[in-house]
Amino acid sequence: MLLDLFVSVLVLLGAAFTLLGSIGLARLPDFFMRLHGPTKATTLGVGALVLASLLHVGGEAGTGGLRELAVALFLFITAPITAHLLSKAALAEERRSRSRSEIDEG
Amino acid sequence: MTRVLPRPGLSLLILGVWLILAPAPTLGQVLIGVMLAVALPLATRGFWPGEIRLRRPLVALRLLGVVLGDIVTANLLVARQVLGAPERLRPAFMDVPLGIADPFVSTLLGSIVSLTPGTVSVDIDRGRQVLQVHALHIEDPAATIALIKARYETPLKEIFGC
Amino acid sequence: MLTLVLPIAIGAVVLAMALNLWRMAIGPTRPDRILALDTLSINTIAVVMLLDIALGSVLYLEAALILAMMGFVGTVALCKFILSGDIIE
Repeated sequence: MLLDLFVSVLVLLGAAFTLLGSIGLARLPDFFMRLHGPTKATTLGVGALVLASLLHVGGEAGTGGLRELAVALFLFITAPITAHLLSKAALAEERRSRSRSEIDEG
Repeated sequence: MTRVLPRPGLSLLILGVWLILAPAPTLGQVLIGVMLAVALPLATRGFWPGEIRLRRPLVALRLLGVVLGDIVTANLLVARQVLGAPERLRPAFMDVPLGIADPFVSTLLGSIVSLTPGTVSVDIDRGRQVLQVHALHIEDPAATIALIKARYETPLKEIFGC
Repeated sequence: MLTLVLPIAIGAVVLAMALNLWRMAIGPTRPDRILALDTLSINTIAVVMLLDIALGSVLYLEAALILAMMGFVGTVALCKFILSGDIIE
C-alpha cells in the first residue's frame, strides 16, 4: 500500500517534469534558452518514471532491476552530451548565417 | 597486460554492461562479453586520451552526492523559470576559465555543469582553456563562475589529481 | 491510487509530445528541430515506462533500451551533419 503510494507520487512527478521540459521547449524565445528544459527536466522526469516502473514491476526476473537502472543511467550520461553537441551545432549554424548575410551586403 | 588489456577498467565495464543487457548470463554470453571486453578497448585505443586515475574515491562519492542533490534543485529552478514570464529572464553566455588540462576531466566538468542549476555548457575551448556556459537567468555572472569553480572544479581536480 | 494517477500521467506525456511536435514543425532553426526530435524520443521512453507500469510487465523494457540508444545515435549523427555538412567525414 505504501509502495503503491510511493510509485504513484513518482509517476506524477516524472510525468510533470517531462511535461515541464516540453513546455520550456515550446515557449521560451531562443534556442539556447530552449535547451535548458529538455536537458534538465525531461531527463529527471523520465528517470523518475524508470524508477517508478522498477519499484512497481519489481525488475525483470534474474537481473534485479539492473536493466531499468541501465536505461536511467544511459539517459543521464547522454543528456549533457546531446546538449553540448546541439549547442555546438547551433553556434555553427549562427556563424554560417551571419557570414552569408555579410556576403549579401558586400 | 598493457598489450592485451590497455584499459582494464573499461574492459570490466564492457563485460558488466554486456551481461546486464544479455537475456540470461549463460556461458555463451559470458564468452561473447569477454571477447568484446578485449576487442573494443583495442579497437578504440586511438580515441582515448591519456590514462586517468581515481586518486580520491571518497571525494568522488561526496561530489556524486552534491551533484545528485543539485540535479533536483536544478529541476525545481527550471520549473519555476519555464512557468514564469519569459520576459523576466536574463539569459547570458559566460566564459569559465578552466584549470583542468585533461580532456576527459574537463568533459566531465562540462557534463556536470549541464545537469546542475541554471547553466548548460556550450563549448570547451581547449585553445583558450575556457568552458563556455549558457545561463537561463543570471544575476551575477562572477558569482556563478566562482560557484562552478569551487563546487565542481576543485573536487574534480582533487579526485583525479590534476 | 495508481489507476487514478496513470491516465493523468499518460495525458501529461502525450501533451508534452504534442508540444515537441509543434516545436519541430515551427523550428525556426535546424538545431531546434533536432532538439525537439531528441526530446520526442526520450518522451517515447516515458510512454513505454508508463505502459510497463500499467500492464505490470517488463516486456517493453527492451524497446526503451533500444529507443534510448537509437535516439542518442540519431541526434549525434544529425548534429555532426550540421557541424560538418556531412554525416560521415
